[in-house]
Amino acid sequence: MSLTFTLDGKTVPFTEGQTILQAASAAGVFIPHLCYHPEFKPHGSCKLCTVKVNGRQTASCTMRAAPGMDVESETEEINAERRALTQMLFVEGNHFCPSCEKSGNCQLQATAYHLGMMSPHFDHFFPNRAVDASHPDVLLDFNRCILCSLCVRASRDVDGKNVFALSGRGIKTHLIVNAKSGRLADTDFALTDKAAQVCPVGVILQKRKGFAVPIGERKYDQAPISETVTEGK
Amino acid sequence: MALNEMHAEAVAGVVDRVVARYRRDPSCMVQILREVQEACDWISPEAIDRLQATLGVPRTKIEGVAGFYSFFYLQPRGKYRVLFSDNITDRMLGNQALIERLCNSLWVEPGKVSEDGLVTVDTTSCTGLCDQGPALLVNNRAIGRLTSDRIDQIAELIRGKVPVAEWPAEFFAIDDNIRRSDILLASELQPGDALRAARARAPSDGLMASNMRSWREGLPTGLGGPAALLDEIKRANLRGRGGAGFTTGLKWEACRNAPLKAGAQRIVVCNADEGEPGTFKDRVLLTRQADLVFEGMTAAAYAVGATRGFLYLRGEYRYLLDHLNGVLARRRAENLLGADILGIPGADFDIEIHLGAGAYVCGEESALIESLEGKRGTPRNRPPFPVTNGYLDQPTIVNNVETFAAAALIALNGGDWYAAIGTKHSAGTKLLSVSGDCARPGIYEYPFGVSVRQVLEDCGARDTQAVQVSGPSGICVAPAEFDRVIGFEDIPTAGAFTVFDTSRDMFEVARNYVHFFQHESCGFCTPCRVGTSLLKNLMDKLHNGCGSPYDFAEIEKLNQLLQAMSHCGLGHTACNPVLDTIAKFRPAYEQRMMQQDFTPAFDLDRALAEARQMTGRDDAAAHLSTEHGGAA
Repeated sequence: MSLTFTLDGKTVPFTEGQTILQAASAAGVFIPHLCYHPEFKPHGSCKLCTVKVNGRQTASCTMRAAPGMDVESETEEINAERRALTQMLFVEGNHFCPSCEKSGNCQLQATAYHLGMMSPHFDHFFPNRAVDASHPDVLLDFNRCILCSLCVRASRDVDGKNVFALSGRGIKTHLIVNAKSGRLADTDFALTDKAAQVCPVGVILQKRKGFAVPIGERKYDQAPISETVTEGK
Repeated sequence: MALNEMHAEAVAGVVDRVVARYRRDPSCMVQILREVQEACDWISPEAIDRLQATLGVPRTKIEGVAGFYSFFYLQPRGKYRVLFSDNITDRMLGNQALIERLCNSLWVEPGKVSEDGLVTVDTTSCTGLCDQGPALLVNNRAIGRLTSDRIDQIAELIRGKVPVAEWPAEFFAIDDNIRRSDILLASELQPGDALRAARARAPSDGLMASNMRSWREGLPTGLGGPAALLDEIKRANLRGRGGAGFTTGLKWEACRNAPLKAGAQRIVVCNADEGEPGTFKDRVLLTRQADLVFEGMTAAAYAVGATRGFLYLRGEYRYLLDHLNGVLARRRAENLLGADILGIPGADFDIEIHLGAGAYVCGEESALIESLEGKRGTPRNRPPFPVTNGYLDQPTIVNNVETFAAAALIALNGGDWYAAIGTKHSAGTKLLSVSGDCARPGIYEYPFGVSVRQVLEDCGARDTQAVQVSGPSGICVAPAEFDRVIGFEDIPTAGAFTVFDTSRDMFEVARNYVHFFQHESCGFCTPCRVGTSLLKNLMDKLHNGCGSPYDFAEIEKLNQLLQAMSHCGLGHTACNPVLDTIAKFRPAYEQRMMQQDFTPAFDLDRALAEARQMTGRDDAAAHLSTEHGGAA
């Protein structure tokens, strides 16, 4: 007998061990997310993928699907909460889309569009975050970091390098690199690393490659994020 | 050069010694960092170099862990590190003036290292001395009952560079202040008696425990003790004393029944990370009844078949470490810990003490386990739960100090005896940590079912306006509710009972609690990390006299979001103190409202404060007149 659960009234099949988010993606149903990436162990921190399972809210990227689950995702209530989380991420860092090289390729920006975010709503924190331009090939702009830890996981689990980690606590949580100097140039980070490819926002940027694709022709300019996400893409 | 500069070779020597004692085990990272810092005053880049080399773990991991805990310093701090407890009770006892006095006396700004590198003065979350505040920690040693005179003496000792170990002993005297004793505090248990009773007890008919597995898989059958003990714990209707009130028997049974992987063992953890502001009963239990607690842990190990135990002691209670290690050593000598306990073959169990390092969130059981494993104290994704996948992925029970103490008495006297104490739904007694506006603050042990009014009468509280039960994450009880009772059926509590008389401003109480949550949020999930900061900013906005009804709506919205989306209980409860006080003490908020509709948080004159400080000016010409800027 095949395993299924209900997602917004629709029957979704799943295999043993799949999470709700994985099963939904495989079925072509989009659930907003930022810290989740199909190639890495789920982290469950951004909380954008929160759904209601049998009336209780939980992160769909870490919750295993179970037969007969009644899952709500695309409701006005949940999307309003997701919108507020997105606004929180915008005010927590320094995000200036019009001048950002990642504009149009940025998952945070695309998610904000998807959720109909019209303003940051909350007062900006305007944190003081230095950039790290020490590396010959890569610029780190920490102003845009949303602490998803994808680079941490990619460097640790794929590259075997542990170039990145989160340090600090609470609102002072921040990304660090594996060097006594604290500079990326003094690590063994390379442009070919998996960790260089996974940033959903504009922290890890290749140098001398700015605006190779014009704004207007970029990934999420072509199609909204909800139409681009299927499992493995 | 600053006093805390050590030669690289000296640092390497310290690191090598500490790492060797922890068998080069990276899962002891938090303990290793603590000991390195105790010797070197901070965790320098040179120390991290050496840790990286000797432990074989990347620098990012070491810095990630060290950066998480408030008591670890990756930047040089003073030779003397003074941390004032900044709970609301400390504030009510005037700690602000004392901080200022010490800073002025030592010529140092709060949070900054003095120019000669001698001293830092800063604040920290509640240190568990609310019944004898204001309190501070100096290099992890606690001092209570601070007065202006004592502050002046401390300043003199620091200026004279007298080592903390040579400061007058009476500075460090901590009172137990036991005001009412019942079965736990009055217990005269002889070490080993509860274990002997548990072993002797044959399984009764109608056994509630589901299997007969004994201490360790493969033991000869015929030992009824473990299953019988579990049965007694269930009969006792014992529920967790850490606040959540989970049924202890169910937790133990789930751990006992969890499959063991090859080479794995079951683990018993005692949660002594007593961080909820206003709570200090575990400090007193561990001071006065350590044997009872360790006996309860050993009984638990007997019941679930565990062979390894941990006491996770909050860093603020560092001064209890020698005493507790002494009790453990004596119990080992008496064959109450170690191999073949009480001569039972295969009954092996021992307890080691791990210290926290200033992170409230580590009181959450899965965060505590992460910390025990030497990691950042971030709560885990659940399921799976610790009873099946806990410490190093092994079946683990985590219980509060008071739960284990009660379990020891149940092992001794049986479940029916225990269940007869208290109320129908809340068996046994509860230790309350009473502080705030009352004549007799301290520890009160009551059978469950005692009314708030009774406790107030017993502790000599007068003109009481409110009681915060169970700390910031608990509830605020107003006079109309004083007949409500302490118990799982009405007001559940981990034990904090903070009294406020009519002279107190309940808005400032809530604001203090909100600052606490913001400081202690682990930062893992978006809603709590950002939401607690937004809430803090809103409360500060009201404090600054810029509040409006719009802000109430914002607080309500944040509450819903934190409840719905947060990763753990910290985020879920972070808005409680505000919502409770808005509902019950609305005038305290309304008097702060400047306009009826909306007032911006940004205040131009306030924004210029830093410029005024830099130029040393505070005259009228250095201020802008604003429409709404109220008194700070």
